[in-house]
Amino acid sequence: MRLSTAAFLVAGVCISQGAAAEWQLNLAPGATEISRSIYDLHMLIFYICVAIGVVVFGIMLWSIVHHRKSKGAQAAHFHENTLVEIIWTLIPFAILIAMALPASKTLIEMYDKRDGEVTIQITGYQWKWRYQYLNEDIDFFSSLSTPRAQINNEEDKGEHYLLEVDNPLVIPTGTKVRFLLTANDVIHSWWVPALAVKKDAIPGFINEAWAEVSDPGTYRGQCAELCGKDHGFMPIVVEALPADQYQQWLADAKAAKAADAAAADQELSLEQLMSRGEAVYNSQCAACHQANGSGIPGAFPALAGSPLIVDNRAAHLDIVINGKPGTAMQAFGKQLNAVDLAAVITYERNAWGNDLGDSVQPREIKALQP
Amino acid sequence: MSATTANRRLALRLALAAVLMFGFGFLLSPLYDVFCRVTGINGKVTRTGAVTEAVQVDAARQVRVQLIAVNNEGMPWGFRPEQHQLSVHPGEQTLIHYVAHNPTAVEMVARAVPSVAPAEAASYVQKVNCFCFEAQTLAGSASQRMPLVLMIDPQLPAHIETITLSYTLFDITADQVGHQSAPQQPSARRVSL
Amino acid sequence: MLTQAVAHEHHHGPPPGLMRWVLTTNHKDIGTLYLVFSLVMFLTGGCMALVIRAELFQPGLQLVQPEFFNQMTTMHGLIMVFGAVMPAFVGLANWMIPMMVGAPDMALPRMNNWSFWILPFAFAMMLATLFMEGGAPNFGWTFYAPLSTTYAPPSVTFFIFAVHMMGISSIMGAINIIATILNLRAPGMTMMKLPLFAWTWLITAFLLIAVMPVLAGVVTMMLMDIHFGTSFFNAAGGGDPVLFQHIFWFFGHPEVYIMILPAFGIISHIIPTFARKRLFGYPSMVYATASIAFLSFIVWAHHMFTVGMPLAGELFFMFSTMLIAVPTGVKVFNWVATMYRGSMTFETPMLFALAFVVLFTIGGFSGLMLAIAPVDFQYHDTYFVVAHFHYVLVPGAIFSIMAATYYWLPKWTGNYYNEYLGKWHFWLSFVGVNITFFPMHFIGLAGMPRRIPDYALQFADFNMVASIGAFLFGLSQLLFVYNIIQCVRGGYGADSRVWEGAEGLEWTLPSPAPYHSFTTPPDLREQGGEH
Repeated sequence: MRLSTAAFLVAGVCISQGAAAEWQLNLAPGATEISRSIYDLHMLIFYICVAIGVVVFGIMLWSIVHHRKSKGAQAAHFHENTLVEIIWTLIPFAILIAMALPASKTLIEMYDKRDGEVTIQITGYQWKWRYQYLNEDIDFFSSLSTPRAQINNEEDKGEHYLLEVDNPLVIPTGTKVRFLLTANDVIHSWWVPALAVKKDAIPGFINEAWAEVSDPGTYRGQCAELCGKDHGFMPIVVEALPADQYQQWLADAKAAKAADAAAADQELSLEQLMSRGEAVYNSQCAACHQANGSGIPGAFPALAGSPLIVDNRAAHLDIVINGKPGTAMQAFGKQLNAVDLAAVITYERNAWGNDLGDSVQPREIKALQP
Repeated sequence: MSATTANRRLALRLALAAVLMFGFGFLLSPLYDVFCRVTGINGKVTRTGAVTEAVQVDAARQVRVQLIAVNNEGMPWGFRPEQHQLSVHPGEQTLIHYVAHNPTAVEMVARAVPSVAPAEAASYVQKVNCFCFEAQTLAGSASQRMPLVLMIDPQLPAHIETITLSYTLFDITADQVGHQSAPQQPSARRVSL
Repeated sequence: MLTQAVAHEHHHGPPPGLMRWVLTTNHKDIGTLYLVFSLVMFLTGGCMALVIRAELFQPGLQLVQPEFFNQMTTMHGLIMVFGAVMPAFVGLANWMIPMMVGAPDMALPRMNNWSFWILPFAFAMMLATLFMEGGAPNFGWTFYAPLSTTYAPPSVTFFIFAVHMMGISSIMGAINIIATILNLRAPGMTMMKLPLFAWTWLITAFLLIAVMPVLAGVVTMMLMDIHFGTSFFNAAGGGDPVLFQHIFWFFGHPEVYIMILPAFGIISHIIPTFARKRLFGYPSMVYATASIAFLSFIVWAHHMFTVGMPLAGELFFMFSTMLIAVPTGVKVFNWVATMYRGSMTFETPMLFALAFVVLFTIGGFSGLMLAIAPVDFQYHDTYFVVAHFHYVLVPGAIFSIMAATYYWLPKWTGNYYNEYLGKWHFWLSFVGVNITFFPMHFIGLAGMPRRIPDYALQFADFNMVASIGAFLFGLSQLLFVYNIIQCVRGGYGADSRVWEGAEGLEWTLPSPAPYHSFTTPPDLREQGGEH
């Protein structure tokens, strides 16, 4: 009675979850020619395995059913047969060759080294991605935008929970896009299933991959190599746009950058800085120092009541802008613009009981930025 | 020969084999370097120094060279190539510059580590003159132009049209200091702010 | 001659008390110690797996934080590989190989004592890291540099020493097994009459001697990088993090076969016994085992298809990996041919062996799929890989260990275990394993990376199913423990042959087996031999 109630509850939870998300059992064919030929290869090998399985397990099951002692079966005495053994060595060999041919063909296609028109440098950081468009003066970081409250089960989870970022990578369709991968700290791996690109980003080394996306759309992926605490929280979002829209996006991105540079010369109020600073803090700092500034003892220092913040304004600015070599504290001076830096430093100086009352202006940051 | 002696002798031989395999594990490190030099599999540039033989410039062919600068973690320097892309003829020597700027107030030491993509092109890139792998010291707020002369071997396989050369800048200030004072405590690396 | 090997053993029974176990040089006592240790580690590592599955029951962070989650995945892997599976096989080898080859004891009994007693200290050190500042190792059981060097918690040094100790223990165990098989075989037992469990273990022992020192080498390089300023794996000093992966997998792939070859031997004993028919193709079984061992040295980089190898490297490692399917296939065909036209009964060991054949083969199929380099770009480091290696390790290695335990328990204790409970244990484990690991194929193909504490919503259903299966599988192991304890304490007495179809020297000894196995070696020269 109690068991059936439990089973009913479990089934109910499963169904309600199932209604919220789409089901997927298999690889998706993806959005590039390579990803589709990989999908075909996957299905081919899967069916070959199923066929072999049916034959082998079929004979085994037949023996289990018919050659059992309880049915009076008498054991035969054969224990070798050279011909049969040679045959079942050669047949798998032939099947393997049949698999290896299309596999090699796809692999050679993946290693095509011809020129790409767009080149994007991708750098893995603990725990975000940086995209730099070569020759385009566009350079931005892309980090998880799912609110911490959703991760901590304080809010309902959104449709793209953990697969959404603040700044997606934008690429044109119908063009060969080259990716140059490297990492800033540990090994990461940049993986977007729909593009069939998974390549390790290794500190000190540069790796190459490419994709030619045929259909416009939003494609999501994740870091595939264990890279520390927030390995599960550094997704990748790629937006593939038709060529004209891509050009428009490039122009907009450059305009936005110019606007930010102009804003850096303005005086901002404490309220403006605090509200922008909270958002920046939650996306850039809260993963380690925690949303309430308490840090993690033994690993990441607390910011609430931190002597460095309270007693030494210059040191506070320096550590945020230049980082602390040899620790997880990165040099944010290169990652964030002056307005965001001013806002987040102001926020850290005025949140969680650090009520210092002072504000840091973008101008002050600009003077210190490299 | 008694069974005990036979057992001892076999055990000693097997132990010796184990010790040799331990040595082989270490040998894999130089072996890997040799293997990489021959096949260029990890994209390390190993050809440095002046061009000794006369090389015919292949004026009919153009290879695109992309230059990339990467800062490793915690490296606050500004570091970039003066130009991101150029077109060269295989066989010709090209001078390019990287610019480094130390924005901090203190003297720092850095080392630039090169890497080439695609990796199979690495053995065709010759750096005639290079700042790589040397310790670069910059005083606080100082800047420096760092020259690099490179040549692409005309034997570069025809299907390679673009070569990417990247430099990753590592902060080795602590290591340089560490040689004089006590060795760095790794336990301190992650805990302190 | 042979009596001299045990000249230091004067008494005929074990001395009483705790010191019996501390000072013992008896192969059966040491085998028991290994098996009990392995069971304790299996349950410990299993609890860690349940922490992982409990956190993954639903999306969102509920029970543990990401840093502790990473410690759990790392420790689960290390404990299961080095603490549960490997010591269990060494324990079975200790118990059975002297009896199978007609020897009085292992060839080097005092070293045997050492090789066991290092282990508890190694694992005590490893588990102690959980309570250290910065926590236990959190970089995965594959501990890729630089996450395990520059970015590691301080406890990594203790982890390195623990790995060194386990390595020494394994190498000493391997030396002992080789010496026993090569030097202490009964007169007339030629190599081609050697029982398959001894054959597979002989090959495994050579693999251990070849690769455990390489593991010791790679952790020593880590130690030097961390503490002595070398740069084996640090690009800043001219090293290469990818070198770490090459050396690790040069150890790691043979290591995978170290965990499965003895299982092949066990299954090759159990199936003929319960099919009441000689093993089909004994010589091809031996050759297939040897070829798998050889191939294991030239396939390592298939774990590294995404690190950016040149085309020629990818092709070579793809082809060599696919080749492994041939000898593995031969083994499966031989087992099926042994069952064909046999006279089968289905006691617990046979049930586990049959499940082994089917589920290991499924793991082999996904292995073949993973070998295909272009497709591996989609599978690599996803739950598809997790499903694959759990299929070959849990219903593969672990099921074979359980089968062996039920198969030989009457020989060890003199009592039959409770068959009814044994069957319950089998069916619950079989269902639990499949509910746990089969859905992982789906979530892997759908795009869920491994080693993440939280996941997107489309993976939620199958993760929940997998977690339910994991708890079912985990809890049903309590039946196993209970059944073993009951069997040791008493039960229906077994005769020397135990199973109707059992063949081999070990079944000529009374049950329970006497403290010293064959004080006078049996002479096989007159007979046709077992095979």
